[in-house]
Amino acid sequence: MAEAILSLERVHTYIEQHHILQGVDLSFMPGQATVLLGRNGAGKSTTLRTIMGLTPASSGSITLKSQAIQAMKPYEVAKLGVGFVPEDQAVLYTLSVEENFRLAMLTENESAWARMETIFELFPDMKKFWRSKAGVLSGGQKQMLAIARAFVNDHDLLLIDEPSKGLAPIVVDHLIESINHIKNHTTVILVEQNFYMASHVGVAYFILDDGRTVHQGLMADLVHDEGLKQKYLGIA
Amino acid sequence: MTSQAATVGIQEKSGMDPKKLGVWTASVGIWFLPLLWIDPTTYAVLTVAGLAMGMLIFLTASGLTLIFGLMDVLNLAHGAFFVWGAYVGFSLLNALQKIGWVEGAGAAQSIGSVMLCLLAALVVGGIMGIVLEKMLVRLTYGSHLKQILITMGASLILVEVLKVVWSPNDEVVIVPQAFQGSWDVMDVIVTKFRVVAIVVGLAVLAGIQLVMMRTKLGIIVRAGVENKEVVETLGYNIRRVFTGVFCAGAALAAVGGTMWSIFKEQIHPAMGEENLIFALIVVIIGGMGSVTGSFLGAIMVGLAFNYVAYTLPPLALGANIMIMAVILLIRPTGLMGKD
Ligand SMILES: Nc1ncnc2c1ncn2[C@@H]1O[C@H](COP(=O)(O)OP(=O)(O)OP(=O)(O)O)[C@@H](O)[C@H]1O
Ligand SMILES: [Mg+2]
Repeated sequence: MAEAILSLERVHTYIEQHHILQGVDLSFMPGQATVLLGRNGAGKSTTLRTIMGLTPASSGSITLKSQAIQAMKPYEVAKLGVGFVPEDQAVLYTLSVEENFRLAMLTENESAWARMETIFELFPDMKKFWRSKAGVLSGGQKQMLAIARAFVNDHDLLLIDEPSKGLAPIVVDHLIESINHIKNHTTVILVEQNFYMASHVGVAYFILDDGRTVHQGLMADLVHDEGLKQKYLGIA
Repeated sequence: MTSQAATVGIQEKSGMDPKKLGVWTASVGIWFLPLLWIDPTTYAVLTVAGLAMGMLIFLTASGLTLIFGLMDVLNLAHGAFFVWGAYVGFSLLNALQKIGWVEGAGAAQSIGSVMLCLLAALVVGGIMGIVLEKMLVRLTYGSHLKQILITMGASLILVEVLKVVWSPNDEVVIVPQAFQGSWDVMDVIVTKFRVVAIVVGLAVLAGIQLVMMRTKLGIIVRAGVENKEVVETLGYNIRRVFTGVFCAGAALAAVGGTMWSIFKEQIHPAMGEENLIFALIVVIIGGMGSVTGSFLGAIMVGLAFNYVAYTLPPLALGANIMIMAVILLIRPTGLMGKD
């Protein structure tokens, strides 16, 4: 079996005095899409933010490609090839769509602009509003920009927090298609409440509850496990 | 479809807003008001003087506003960079005088002397900025009170050191020959160095705009003003950007100091604090964080100061504080500040 590209062991995180993550264990196989599930407030977003170093782990270890990253700053983690699409729309309103993409390109080279062409095909609105300020985009378009922006780098690992929020079903289908498209060379970690999207993207899954890993397995099995879905996800 | 229509709607609204147009007309028109009681020739002289003064204040204010916008740091040591720049320029001019590049110098040598002074101020200011940011300002991120206390303390110490290195008294600054005196343009007396000040101010504005609007660094800085966390997660060390902006701001203030010293033909240790007051007024008028705003603010303050100083001298500074108060009443975030 291949070695995990990223693994978390007994990770604890405090936000101010609150003990939010209380023992998270996760591991992700390269080239596989994994979904993090769990009810509201379970700690999914905090887990991604802890991997990025935004809310640093107070104990436990986080290993990326055999390198300990739990003490690293967010920009160092990013430079190791980790892309992050946060839960709240993180587009920069005062910058144009073009500038949002240029900011995201860690190296502005031929291959980055070649990937841009693919992005335009997936999200034609990005081309249409190329010179507009990102602030004038609609909520869904902003969401698309935030996700598309993460595709311009040839990242090894992408952390995406609830991308389907606020998107029309047809756009969600687009998104599923585009994530499945990059899955071949990029490992994807997806936090997703939309079970349709989660089950169409994820191969493996983890369930978090109260800041702990409580379950893991293959998506194909979870789809039929009504009891588990009911217990942790509130899906009837 | 719906979203497309909505976007068009927004563009139309910001394009031709009659209220906005009215505000702009009024704010340009008000500057011709002094013509009611000042004769046109004097008005023209005062206008040139005001523009020159505004440009020089802008040199200090531009750095101050960027440091605030990006780092949320109130830097009251900015005046110290200014006065150090002035004294470095003063000493260099004295040295250049010995080789005949100041008084009695030709045009090329005069220009060379001013350039050398600006370069020296730039370097000294920049180094002071880096040291101060790394040693002190870094410890105060997030707390305005700490920033005020620490940068004010640093400023006091830097000015005391300056008094020891140079002297606590006023000094006369010698102006390179080519920039002494004035031109007579249709009876309007235009002091030569005022024109230089306007040119330098415009060049700095153009330079800042070029970097901010056309380079990757500019994109990073503007993005940082809006959302530091996103910039950091996209792979940029925001702390390094902070240090760089602080360094650039300090360098600009020092250049402002050198320009000011030649402009006024004299220097004294308290000139930094005096200039800082103007710069703070300008930054508040323009909107904290906006370079264009502080440019407009600096022009307003420079012009108002000169018109009022001619009419009712004791009220000159008061008039600027009035302008600031009125603008804050109309727009609490300043001319171009973020809402
Ligand atoms: N800044 C904060 N201060 C205090 N508590 C916080 C903070 N941020 C998150 N929390 C708490 O941490 C817990 C986990 O939050 P997190 O955002 O990780 O949940 P989540 O699983 O992403 O939920 P959702 O599905 O609603 O997005 C929640 O109970 C939340 O209230
Ligand atoms: Mg969340």
